[in-house]
Amino acid sequence: MELTDIIFYIFALVTIGSAMIVVFSRNLVYSAFSLMFTFLGVAGLYVLLLADFLAVTQLMIYVGGILVLMIFGVMLTHRVVNVEISSGAMRVIPATIVVGVFLGTLLLVLTRTKWMVMEGSPDVIGTTSMIGTALVTDYLLPFEVSGVVLLVAIVAAAFMARKR
Amino acid sequence: MMHVTLTHYLVISAILFSLGLLALVTRRNAIMMLMGIELILNAANVNFLAFSRYSALDIHGHVVAVFVILLAAAEAAVALAIVLNIYRTFSTVNVDQINQLKE
Repeated sequence: MELTDIIFYIFALVTIGSAMIVVFSRNLVYSAFSLMFTFLGVAGLYVLLLADFLAVTQLMIYVGGILVLMIFGVMLTHRVVNVEISSGAMRVIPATIVVGVFLGTLLLVLTRTKWMVMEGSPDVIGTTSMIGTALVTDYLLPFEVSGVVLLVAIVAAAFMARKR
Repeated sequence: MMHVTLTHYLVISAILFSLGLLALVTRRNAIMMLMGIELILNAANVNFLAFSRYSALDIHGHVVAVFVILLAAAEAAVALAIVLNIYRTFSTVNVDQINQLKE
């Protein structure tokens, strides 16, 4: 077992464990904060998958942006003064059974399938320039469209969230 | 406990996806459902990057993951604006108590 394998298992444990806290915690603030550790663990997995640009993007956008937005959402829609910021659950047992069966099927298929795996690792040192080149050549149209999508989302969010 | 392969990443991604799905279907709080959606999107991204690393050895999976993160950011902003409006109108964000589209 090499060092990278041990690091993989540590990151996997952090990711899955904190994701379980996110889902099963009664307190919304606890969920939001352990979501941060899930995102950090996933960023670590990205590093192990040789995706350095995506790992940094994950840190900046998810941890720095989306998570702050979530916590603002919690603060703005609940009275923080009463400490009871809980979120109830409903139909837990049937949902757990269905999701468990779903997960079991997924795991069965994943472990039984013979995936096409190439030997070796891609000889890349830093993916940033390659992603940049791909964005303005092969993926030019999706790139432009996603710019428009972001603009529309900003305008829509600002329009909907303002006070009437 | 053995050498890490593609299957390990896929298993982690499947578990993350199932946890997100569980949060999405059982929780009544709208913000909690948003967190479930984020977990599901992260699981999809891990899949893209794992296949990009082990099965294709190229950069296209990374580009798709960039678009997924971008759409997740746009989705979170718009969805939280909607949640704020719902809270202003109904004084609650529990989705089972919201049953009309206008005041």
